Amino acid sequence: MPTAIADEDYPMHNAPEAEANTGISGEDGFIDLNDQRIRVLPGASETAASFEFESEDHTLGNALRYMIMKNPEVELCGYSIPHPSEAKMNIRIQTYEGTTVYDALEKGFDDLMGLCDVVTEKFTATRDEFNSKQKA
Amino acid sequence: MAPEPISPEDARRRKIVGVNAETVTNVTSTDFPGHHPGEDHTWSLEKFTQNFSVQYHKNHPHDAVFSLIGLDASIANAFRRILIAEIPTLAIEQVFVHNNTSIVHDEVLAARLGLVPLTGKLEGLNWLKFRKKIINDDTGDAREDEKRDDGATDTNTVVLKLQIECKWAEGIREGETDPEKLYVNSNVYARHMVFEPQGNQHKQFPEPDGIVRPVNPDILLAKLRPGQVVDLEMFAIKGIGADHAKFSPVATATYRLLPTIDIMSPILGNDAGIFARCFTKGVIGLEDITEEESGMVGGSWREGRGRRRRL
Repeated sequence: MPTAIADEDYPMHNAPEAEANTGISGEDGFIDLNDQRIRVLPGASETAASFEFESEDHTLGNALRYMIMKNPEVELCGYSIPHPSEAKMNIRIQTYEGTTVYDALEKGFDDLMGLCDVVTEKFTATRDEFNSKQKA
Repeated sequence: MAPEPISPEDARRRKIVGVNAETVTNVTSTDFPGHHPGEDHTWSLEKFTQNFSVQYHKNHPHDAVFSLIGLDASIANAFRRILIAEIPTLAIEQVFVHNNTSIVHDEVLAARLGLVPLTGKLEGLNWLKFRKKIINDDTGDAREDEKRDDGATDTNTVVLKLQIECKWAEGIREGETDPEKLYVNSNVYARHMVFEPQGNQHKQFPEPDGIVRPVNPDILLAKLRPGQVVDLEMFAIKGIGADHAKFSPVATATYRLLPTIDIMSPILGNDAGIFARCFTKGVIGLEDITEEESGMVGGSWREGRGRRRRL
């Protein structure tokens, strides 16, 4: 939707004031779990949107991108860190018709959590078994 | 559409990252729906649970090695990054120098103390809350906008003390030159730091095993000579490696893909032993075969286990 995106663009000289730094970007090593940390970037539609994550990096970015790409209803998913000195991570999701980017994002989170549970379970079991074998 | 059978070279390309002289090839995963026509790569927890397995190779207190089999590099890398930067640990954040007449300057000593890895009862460490960081301006006073700091309390700060004085040892032999024998307390070690429980902390960090203490008691912090004194109070707080490396629970955490060795033709006789010695023990396995078998092509002895070809 090129026109919709163009509407959101401003020439630099009359761009709106940048939001004041609310101090939630975790630059002091702090993340308040009650803070709103995900934002939909301008120009979003139901099937194509970019999300901005505060205080996230490649750790979540790449893992989440992988999980979202595993969803057959997703046409495209990618992530980027627009600037290294801003603790922000953007994820772009485009889906096929019949679903929404919000469902795709949520499914990505759920799948990632499911994966982590399986890894934790198998890892703990194997480690305990290994430790008891070592002792024996 | 029925999936086309995967050719051996295609299977190889999907599985193996090429590290060539000037290029790196096949780096990105392609196990996504729609990438290979007719193949289903949709995420399925059941399939993942079936295919995924863990193998432990080593589990020492300070060194562990394990394989995660059937996991994409993007996930493995996330675990590695979390180990380094996102798991909270305790480290000294503030040092109050009451007296320091050693040759190590206050700020240098404070920086060294900060890097000492601390441990304590796990439940106690989990019970401990984060404390918002205090940022001092040039004058050393806490800045106005740092009022968010909730101050040091027994729920967010651990106090340690380091009080040590060097003295002449008694009954020294004539002509003795060994500082260890000449002086008492000529070396200040991490073990000299004493945990001072505040409020309820003695319950969370019970004596003797649960107390907050340095992981390695033998870290040398400073050297002293008779008459020199170090008298410090230290505040340790919980933090994460993303903020400062001193909070990182690991010395380092790495992951790698396993290498492959392709043996193009059978290696027989003496050559086999020489070949095996070119690698770390256990990489190349040897197998006894009869003369008759050695003439056969595609005998059982040519079956490799991916990384190892036996002979």
